[in-house]
Amino acid sequence: MPPERVRSVRLVTVAVTLLAGLSMIAFMTVGVRGSWSFVLAHRGVRLAALITVAYAIALSTVLFQTLTGNRILTPAVMGFDALFLLLQTTLVAALGSAGAVAIDPRLLFSVECLVMVGLSGLLFRLLFRGEDRNLPLVVLSGLLFGALFRSLSSFLQRVMDPNDFLVLQGRAFASFNVVDPALIGVAALLAVMATIIVLPRLSELDVLVLGRQRATGLGVDTTRLSAIVFALVAILVSASTALVGPTTFFGLLVANLAYLLVPSARHASVLPVAVGLAVMTLVGGQMLLERLLGFGTALSIVIDFVGGITFLLILFRAGRR
Amino acid sequence: MIEIDKICKRYGETVVVDNVSLAIPRGGVIGIVGPNGAGKSTLLSLTSRLIKPTSGAIRVDGLDVSKAPNRDLARRLSVMRQENHVAARLTVGDLVAFGRFPHNRGRPTREDAERVKAAIDFVGMETMADRFLDQLSGGQRQRAFVAMALAQDADYALFDEPLNNLDIHHAVSMMRLFRRMGDQPGKTVIVVLHDLNVAAAYADRVVVMQAGRVVSDGRPTEVITRTLLSDVFRVEGDVMEIDGRRVVNVAP
Repeated sequence: MPPERVRSVRLVTVAVTLLAGLSMIAFMTVGVRGSWSFVLAHRGVRLAALITVAYAIALSTVLFQTLTGNRILTPAVMGFDALFLLLQTTLVAALGSAGAVAIDPRLLFSVECLVMVGLSGLLFRLLFRGEDRNLPLVVLSGLLFGALFRSLSSFLQRVMDPNDFLVLQGRAFASFNVVDPALIGVAALLAVMATIIVLPRLSELDVLVLGRQRATGLGVDTTRLSAIVFALVAILVSASTALVGPTTFFGLLVANLAYLLVPSARHASVLPVAVGLAVMTLVGGQMLLERLLGFGTALSIVIDFVGGITFLLILFRAGRR
Repeated sequence: MIEIDKICKRYGETVVVDNVSLAIPRGGVIGIVGPNGAGKSTLLSLTSRLIKPTSGAIRVDGLDVSKAPNRDLARRLSVMRQENHVAARLTVGDLVAFGRFPHNRGRPTREDAERVKAAIDFVGMETMADRFLDQLSGGQRQRAFVAMALAQDADYALFDEPLNNLDIHHAVSMMRLFRRMGDQPGKTVIVVLHDLNVAAAYADRVVVMQAGRVVSDGRPTEVITRTLLSDVFRVEGDVMEIDGRRVVNVAP
């Protein structure tokens, strides 16, 4: 890489890191009244959750897009988080509220994660198998699958026992405002594990950007690499969905912003910026909405609004080429 | 030595490559010619393990391409395919540097940097090394991909219609480049060509494919004949000999 590009990559990374750090400080300190120790502890838990979510979404989106060779689809657009919700609903419906409450939520979450890896692997096979695939068809089927999973879960929720539903509500309808503290530790651990697995493979992922066949020609075992990375994506999506629920366009937004800002296709350069942007948007946005707008609206709505427009713009631009 | 042993590739009912056996010893430039849809590109993709055969086996220096570790194969065999679109924004330098991946697994050394630069110079793109691929013309992009194959420095270099999009100047310099590569000890260039005159001028051996089979194989002077034109390409024309090489002249 020529030195001026190295410099601009570094500049972007430092700027995004600084802004992410600033939004974290603001999140912790703006509008504190009363006991600092209570407020800091309370907000610290939520900050940890938001950072874990931002990290998991940014990482899973970029990995997924490298794997599928496109910049339009994300695990969320393909309905993976809806799949996770369906899984949770089905489990509670099958076990009953007594059964679901008796099981440690962390154990339940781990089981859900495992099933998620299997199911999303199946979905992936279905949509991305074969040597040449039709991207618009994949987009449409992904959106349809998402709708299917969402309708199935809401159907199950309607017919289930009201007591079970209450338990499910406590578990599944997490949002940016209310996170389940029991799961933060597990989710963060999963994110760290995913990172440890993915780090030594970053240079192979860089090659995968050239396309599956060229990567094979350059000596990358693409089948193995795809399987590993795809399992990681499924785990990361489970982690973020368990913490804050579905975020349809958030990953798309931060990943594409990162591609735009970073003048390099190396994952080692793109990923930190994507994560920084995600933290900045999520933590900063939540702070602004809570402290300045007084919970006037939900952050997920704002993100989906901006993200949805971005999605359409990218889609139109891709269509014109 | 590349040994292609009774290889078949079918898509449903359609047979694209039909029981082809071919032995390609090390050294020289081998041209593969044939009408559109003859299975030339498929044979190349099969040889470079990008697609799996329906039956048969291919060995490169004794390594079965469907079983041997991908890393080992990538150091022996490089391939440039026809389609040259890349989704990511890469510069010519970035792209060519990927050619070194089989050797450095993503940790470039000083030697890698030198080889990348040499490959870019070889295709005459030294002033364009920092340009993004999407800012290049089709022919320039083509040359960038050839430079990537050069940087890979494999013993067997496979090129699928590398002259597409190239003007006559760049087509000639590319064929001269392949000739020089093929003349290096132990290096073999296998190239799918459309222009019989190019094949006659630069290849040591010409393999003719038609409807998935090899129908003719030998030195250009043996293979490029009037019957080839009429039977395989279905045109009437003259084959002349100028300065000891065959020249095809098809009446307009």
